[in-house]
Amino acid sequence: MTLEIFSYDFMQRAIISGIAIALLCSVVGLFLVLRRYSLFGDAVAHSSFGGIALGLLVGIYPLWTAYIISLISAGIITKIKQKFDISGEASVAVLLSSGIAVGLILISLSGGFSVDIFSFLFGSILLVSTEDTILILGLTGSILIVILLLYRELIYSTFNEEQAKVSGIPVEKINYLIVFIAGITVVTSIQLVGILLISALFVIPNVTAIMYGRSFKQTALLSISFAISAVIIGIIISYLFDITPSGSIVILSLVFFGGTIGLKSLGLINKSKTLKKLSLSNNFVND
Amino acid sequence: MKVIEIKNLTVEYTDVKAIDNVSFSIDENDFLGIIGPNGAGKSTLFSCMLGLNEQYSGSISFFGKNIRESKKYLKYIGYVPQRPVFENNFPATVREVVRMGLREKSNEGKVDKVLQDVWIHELRHKRIGELSGGQLQRVFIAKALVGDPKILILDEPVTGIDTQSTELFYGILKELNKKQKITIIWSSHDLDAVNRLANKVACLDKTLFFHGISEKFFNDEKLVKKYSEASMQKHMHHHVET
Repeated sequence: MTLEIFSYDFMQRAIISGIAIALLCSVVGLFLVLRRYSLFGDAVAHSSFGGIALGLLVGIYPLWTAYIISLISAGIITKIKQKFDISGEASVAVLLSSGIAVGLILISLSGGFSVDIFSFLFGSILLVSTEDTILILGLTGSILIVILLLYRELIYSTFNEEQAKVSGIPVEKINYLIVFIAGITVVTSIQLVGILLISALFVIPNVTAIMYGRSFKQTALLSISFAISAVIIGIIISYLFDITPSGSIVILSLVFFGGTIGLKSLGLINKSKTLKKLSLSNNFVND
Repeated sequence: MKVIEIKNLTVEYTDVKAIDNVSFSIDENDFLGIIGPNGAGKSTLFSCMLGLNEQYSGSISFFGKNIRESKKYLKYIGYVPQRPVFENNFPATVREVVRMGLREKSNEGKVDKVLQDVWIHELRHKRIGELSGGQLQRVFIAKALVGDPKILILDEPVTGIDTQSTELFYGILKELNKKQKITIIWSSHDLDAVNRLANKVACLDKTLFFHGISEKFFNDEKLVKKYSEASMQKHMHHHVET
């Protein structure tokens, strides 16, 4: 029964797309989480809701309009943060509610909620077409190449913006790059878990991996492993028990996170030693 | 040969002057100690020199070129901040942090060399958040050195660090200046250390009231007394305010 599901074309497309999206969300999400931008994925996803509604209203493929609106929103959020001294979380909150508000008005104008809208809200990975799969793989490959080429600039500006500036890194341009990459990743991922659960893919595998990882690369690899495992097992469970894949994927990510918290509480991960040293460092940093 | 020239530098924040008409130059291979009480403008001076603050009048030139015209001079600078601020749970090893300062990817072997030079090679696989204050400062000096700087700028780098680590840190600075011929610009409250290490002293209290040979400053009792009084007044004022 379990092996049989891999023989279906729709399931093969779902798993291939799901693995690519999990890989992308883990890598991009690690930079967002470490920059204290965890809710950025949510904000852009909510603004892309407005884009999807616009696409449905004017008869354009909704994901194209979602890409455009999410990139514009990502640019606006970064500009507001840089120029008007508004905190990252406040600008995220503004964008989050405005995207939904615009989307609701556009949906009302187009005649109310439809099946299409629900598939974007809650994900529809089992319905991805071959064209969608190719697009997802192409975007994943392109974004990962950009990240590998600018690895030092991205990690350095995430670690400490001021130091990166002094080392000659164009930090403002890198900040725009990371939010545009995140914007594209969010819209690409909507098909997997939907607008409402998107930040789970960005945040949960990464906060889990950070508790284990010693180095940046190790943490990224662990996060990718957690995310891909959650996607593959989540899709299989959804098929076997006839439940929505987005819910099972996110619940599995939470199981990994909860398990890690449990192991740490029991002292089975080198927690106490690390915590003691962390508090020393913390005292120094916050002197 | 002059490597840095500062002319008529003034920085003003809403009618308060943080730096008032300061001019001086720094020669190649100088070990310059910048002293001054809290709020004297030392960190402001550094932020202007590093291109982080461009709201100033006057001019700053590195290697004969005004820094407003190009940021290329930054590749010759290594900077060690007063307190290395970063997320405590940032998942990066000591080696990864030092590697961030590497400008040429092909120069990978340099990372291990600087880790050995500043006595932290055995810590290279430790997570950055697990280090003590003294170890952290050596990581940040290694990160600055891995980019092969001609000039090292250090903003009160031993604040909050124990005496043993501080002395080790000073030993490293002295060796970098003597053996690797790196020009060092270093702000400090530690007059004794400045007297021992620096060949030049700049005494700043918004205006520059001394710049020259270290011995000249420390042999002039009036100057030292003036500095100490200014420092004490600022210290008392700070305590009354808090």
